[in-house]
Amino acid sequence: MSKVQTKEIEAVTIRFAGDSGDGMQLTGDQFTDTSALMGNDIATFPDFPAEIRAPAGTLPGVSSFQIQFSEHEIFTAGDSPDVLVAMNPAALKVNLTDLVKGGLVVVNTDSFTEENLKKAGWKSNPLQEGTLKDYAVLEIPISTLNANALKDSPIKPTEAERCKNFFALGLMFWMYDRKLEFTVKWIEEKFTKKPELIQANVTALKAGYHYGDISETIPGRYVIRKARLAPGTYRKITGNEAIALGIVTAAHLSGKQVLYGSYPITPASSILHELALRKNFGIKTFQAEDEIAACGSALGAAFGGHIGITATSGPGICLKSEMINLAVMVELPLIIIDVQRGGPSTGLPTKTEQGDLLQVMFGRNSDSPVPVIAASTPANCYDFMIEAIRIAVTYMTPVFFLSDGYLANAAEPWYLPDVAKLPKMQIQHPQSSDGPFLPYVRNEQTLARPWAIPGTSGMEHRIGGLEKADRTGNVSYDPANHHKMVALRREKVNRIAHSIPLMEVLGPKKGKLLVLGWGSTYGPIHAAVTELQKEGKEVSACHLHYMNPFPKNLPEIVKCFETILIPENNMGQLLLLIRGTIEGIHTVGFHRVTGQPFKIREIREKIEELL
Amino acid sequence: MTTLQETPLPLPYTKEDFVSGQDVRWCPGCGDYAILSVMQRMLAQLRIPRENHVFISGIGCSSRFPYYMNTYGFHTIHGRAPTIATGLKCVRPELTVWVVTGDGDGLSIGGNHLIHAMRRNTDLKIILVNNQIYGLTKGQYSPTSEIGKITKSSPSGSIDYPIHPLCVAIAAEATFIARTVDMDPRHMGMVLQRACEHKGVSFVEIYQNCIIYNKDTFQPIAGRESREDRILYLEHGKPLIFGKKRDKAIRLNGPNPEIVNLADVKDSKEILVHKEDDPLPNYAYLLTQMEYPQMPVPFGIFRCIQKPTYDQMMDDQIKAEVKKKGPGKLEDLLHAGSIWQIEEHEEGVS
Repeated sequence: MSKVQTKEIEAVTIRFAGDSGDGMQLTGDQFTDTSALMGNDIATFPDFPAEIRAPAGTLPGVSSFQIQFSEHEIFTAGDSPDVLVAMNPAALKVNLTDLVKGGLVVVNTDSFTEENLKKAGWKSNPLQEGTLKDYAVLEIPISTLNANALKDSPIKPTEAERCKNFFALGLMFWMYDRKLEFTVKWIEEKFTKKPELIQANVTALKAGYHYGDISETIPGRYVIRKARLAPGTYRKITGNEAIALGIVTAAHLSGKQVLYGSYPITPASSILHELALRKNFGIKTFQAEDEIAACGSALGAAFGGHIGITATSGPGICLKSEMINLAVMVELPLIIIDVQRGGPSTGLPTKTEQGDLLQVMFGRNSDSPVPVIAASTPANCYDFMIEAIRIAVTYMTPVFFLSDGYLANAAEPWYLPDVAKLPKMQIQHPQSSDGPFLPYVRNEQTLARPWAIPGTSGMEHRIGGLEKADRTGNVSYDPANHHKMVALRREKVNRIAHSIPLMEVLGPKKGKLLVLGWGSTYGPIHAAVTELQKEGKEVSACHLHYMNPFPKNLPEIVKCFETILIPENNMGQLLLLIRGTIEGIHTVGFHRVTGQPFKIREIREKIEELL
Repeated sequence: MTTLQETPLPLPYTKEDFVSGQDVRWCPGCGDYAILSVMQRMLAQLRIPRENHVFISGIGCSSRFPYYMNTYGFHTIHGRAPTIATGLKCVRPELTVWVVTGDGDGLSIGGNHLIHAMRRNTDLKIILVNNQIYGLTKGQYSPTSEIGKITKSSPSGSIDYPIHPLCVAIAAEATFIARTVDMDPRHMGMVLQRACEHKGVSFVEIYQNCIIYNKDTFQPIAGRESREDRILYLEHGKPLIFGKKRDKAIRLNGPNPEIVNLADVKDSKEILVHKEDDPLPNYAYLLTQMEYPQMPVPFGIFRCIQKPTYDQMMDDQIKAEVKKKGPGKLEDLLHAGSIWQIEEHEEGVS
């Protein structure tokens, strides 16, 4: 048995990195599941190439999965890994610079062949040349050990080789004192029909675990206590899973069925996959011939009295713009989910960015106001998805829901809601009218027009993209009417501010510096500001989820601070909106568009520079 | 048991019930008036509740159609009407959903959607009003204009080869394909009624006269004097015979159709017999290749076959899932997968 001392630590960040075909996402997922089930707080950052299988062993083919798990509440997947598991030389090359100095590198020495070293662009073998002198290194012939462990297995050697990620996972499980049972159960369920694969993968997992126990080369073993999260029931969730569940929940709360029209696009497609499984929840999915048709089908469903939803990423929004503008004109509820990715054009399909804010605000012809909601964590994609749908059906308007590539794939614990306590959505379709039906008469409070649906006798009416006469909805080119209708559409969206919560400030309500964020920058901003506040620094933060209209108290909040720092994964889009709508404040932008989320220390450094 | 009706129930509607209050704004003499009028009259003959008809259109002269029908209507954006119609039909299969489009709207900007709506066999009634010109933008050549056509945008003659609407429909495997003309209200009424009654996608091309920018382009074919000699009216199960004196017929010469004098036909089996329910598209395609002036132009129903519709299959899948899994329970779904509890004030080593 190992004589290694077991130490207690608060949190650790591990990055699994290997070839796209090495199963690193799966390995990371399994580590995450086990850590979540063992009660840690978790945050993950999967990072993978757009190509399905880039040439093996090359730098572009490297796929990685980072997880931070902790005994206290955490807000990001960690700035820098403490441990890097590198399955090949390319994975080491791509990821080494991110590792903390003194951190641990675990390498599969079997993959450090001359050919692989050359493919990864190493001039000499980094295991021999002192490249790793600043780190603790654990050189393990993972492929060989794995093959030995599986020598009695009936599976082919190529299949056995594919189990090596479980060997690596087993080793990490031992180092961080994780239970094997959850992953064993997962393997058993995954390969129900292939018992030889169950046996092989479980053997590889246990071989890695036992290797840790007996090798006596492992520098340390660590324990991370359960996190003290709010009492309740939790599950692990990614942003896209939360969106799908939010949609199913909104259908339940409104008593409505949903048509989800979508065209496959990274990083939004997994919402479609998830919803396609929910046919018995009143969800219809339609894989359209293109982005425009996807949006059109959702609008057609809305005309028919259903909840119409479409999802895409930036390039798809470009194509849908005209249809969204039609929804503005005909004033039907339509929910457009934009899971943002690096751009312009095809850009960085699998990387995150916040570059579409101004596009969804203004990317349509003429004055065309559309409400915009932005989630800030994987789990709150659920709440804001429901909120986006509430706004759409209450105000009879298209609504944008912004997520991004980071939120889509990152996972965290989700405090399960009590569905019975969620407010129901009351939706009414007029059944009759005194005199001729007037489709553009408005609700006095919300300015919403009535949602009369085809099939209702006596309510036959026509809508369309030509300007509508107030009240009757007939085609009208009258100058005064047009001005009135443009103003009404604007006012309707502005009035949404009456039904959304006020913003709250983290820290003092006035002072020198306020960090104002939106979307997925929440994690690093919150962590950086909390850290600095603990250190006695005078800094506050607040986070926007309602991008249009803004919460009513935003101007008074920002006016209480000398400087407003706005960090964004774009070149200053919220900055422009704030400068354009609130006068007399001093704003500073902080822009980073690397396809990666902010690190906590980047935000810290920027704040410290301004204090 | 039901008793036999001695006399049919009175029709619930008159043509006027389908006339909306909006002023019709097509040019005087436009072929669209005839189409509108025939449609209103035809719908009044059916027993489909008025509120169950929905007319969805794109952009162009013909796409103003929904405004003039006293039914539900949606005048959408250029080329995209089939997408909105598809979404509507998927969620409300009980509705009769019409798409009114033109040669530019349906075959140029909206070609992609048209193809996919047809190949899915979504139960939509697609009316493509073909006047071989862009009217609303004031007279440019369209994707169905003949090569060499002189227009404002092709002063030296168009160098675009035209697309053939019915060939597109056949290639997309539409289950109901027909052609008619604005100048023949009776024939148009018959075709529209058949299109309406078909279960599955119906595609109807209507030759239409643009009196301003492409006047009389179909006159040589469909004009009253020459019509019977230049149009081949298709009737299921009947031989392909045409002509004022019904003295000409169509037979195959090798793979190609040819005109033959009926008097010269020794064996009546030589004459092609119209078969609209042929499961293969070859024969319907052959008919589309008969063009003026070499051949009489076929009018009527080229193809009418049955296969499951997209909306029906969607509904069937949902019913099957509900039967298999039971109606979804939200609480169970949220709690699916691995969940864990955090207890009050829990401390301890994981």
